[in-house]
Amino acid sequence: MLLELLPLVILGAVLGLDVVSFPQAMVSRPLVAATAAGAMIGNPSAGLLAGATLELFALETLPFGASRYPEWGSAAVVGGALYAAQPLDTPGAMTAAVAGALAAAWTGGWSMFLLRRLNARLARRRLAALARGSRLTVVGLQVAGLTFDLVRGAALTLLGLLVLRPITDTAIVRWSVDPRFSRAVVVAVAASVAAGAVWKIFHTTAGARWYFLAGLAAGLLIIRFGT
Amino acid sequence: MTATSASPATPAAPPPRTPALPLRTRAAILIRLLAIQGSWNYEILLGNGIGFCVEPALRLLPGGVGGERYRQALARQSQYFNAHPYLAGVAVGALARAELDGEPAAKIERFRTALCGPLGSVGDRLVWAGWLPFCSLLALAAFGFGAGPVAVLAIFLGVYNAGHFALRIWALDAGWRGGMRVANALANPVLRRGPEHIVRAAACMAGIALPLALNRTIDTGRAFTGVVLVAVAVGGVGLARLQGRAEGWRIALGVLALFVLISVVRHG
Repeated sequence: MLLELLPLVILGAVLGLDVVSFPQAMVSRPLVAATAAGAMIGNPSAGLLAGATLELFALETLPFGASRYPEWGSAAVVGGALYAAQPLDTPGAMTAAVAGALAAAWTGGWSMFLLRRLNARLARRRLAALARGSRLTVVGLQVAGLTFDLVRGAALTLLGLLVLRPITDTAIVRWSVDPRFSRAVVVAVAASVAAGAVWKIFHTTAGARWYFLAGLAAGLLIIRFGT
Repeated sequence: MTATSASPATPAAPPPRTPALPLRTRAAILIRLLAIQGSWNYEILLGNGIGFCVEPALRLLPGGVGGERYRQALARQSQYFNAHPYLAGVAVGALARAELDGEPAAKIERFRTALCGPLGSVGDRLVWAGWLPFCSLLALAAFGFGAGPVAVLAIFLGVYNAGHFALRIWALDAGWRGGMRVANALANPVLRRGPEHIVRAAACMAGIALPLALNRTIDTGRAFTGVVLVAVAVGGVGLARLQGRAEGWRIALGVLALFVLISVVRHG
């Protein structure tokens, strides 16, 4: 089983590294990470659907410097894999996968906090060497931080899959709510968070609300006549 | 007509030529800049990362690697520092230039301290609160239009990283060209006015993307679209009012976990 999970664990490690340490090219965004996980399982479209839903939550996260925020990279790999592993339209699959991914993102944020404290401890122990201008220390601290972050992402993904897969499977087998209503609840919750996030981003910019309303009108017209 | 305007203007003295940074050194710094936050921590923040990125340039100092000037400069550059990771190249370029120009240590340290604040706040507004949400919403709009996985990822990663890498390359170049006078580069219109325009574009894109993405993700739950729209309006306003006191994703986790629990318990 562990061997079966290996590709996803490696993906989670690499995408977890992208969140902060290297190279921050945003391959760790849920839209990308969950789709990649779905593709690895053989269902990229399901991964994309889970990724788009998680992306609505991630809009709220502005990764400002020292603030603590959820780690979406490894978490979205877990969420995308959980959802893509289920047959199409399985009742409760989206709800359970998204809830699992949010739990993993929370744990991931906490693991990043611990990693930063570990990096601080390593740096504190080597302050004298840093003050002497030791090249080995400067490079060593950087490589150590990158390595620990890679391991953190791998561990988080492995743990997430090992713990959440049986929980998700059990929840799906025992699911009792109308699947259409279940989907509506997930979408409503995700879109509410996205709407609040969008307001947070632009409410201080003059005129931005009018741009939003113009866009909203265009979006509704496209739905009515376009798609 | 004055004599000054009638006669050809006296040519101004040409600005001092920027010394060339060897291509190999520039490439090494650019690659290292991608890992500048590798050892980010709560004590010296980006400090070690700055030292790590400047290091290839410091090898050009008289005495080379391990020389007295190299060691002193590396020690100076590995102290506490804070900046947005994409704009840290401005500091890295400017500090590398200052060290190679042989500026006095005290002056470099004062300059280094002065660079911290602006590079953090400008980058946060431009990238985290502007470019990233815009690109994310653009990709969600493409998803809502029915684009497949490859197209959605290509749009998001292509557009986002075009801006991302352009900013990183510009930052290093501007820092190196400006040296101790790099403050002029921070007055660049893209940095001063750019965030406002990008946020407006993101607001417009949000208006387009949110209903489209909702329309596609709701799929089998379309029968409940009306209820969902009301819930989103109420939930969105509620979360906006809670700003700073609670995070939406945490509340969402609680709501969804409870929903899963209820559904499972009802079965048995």
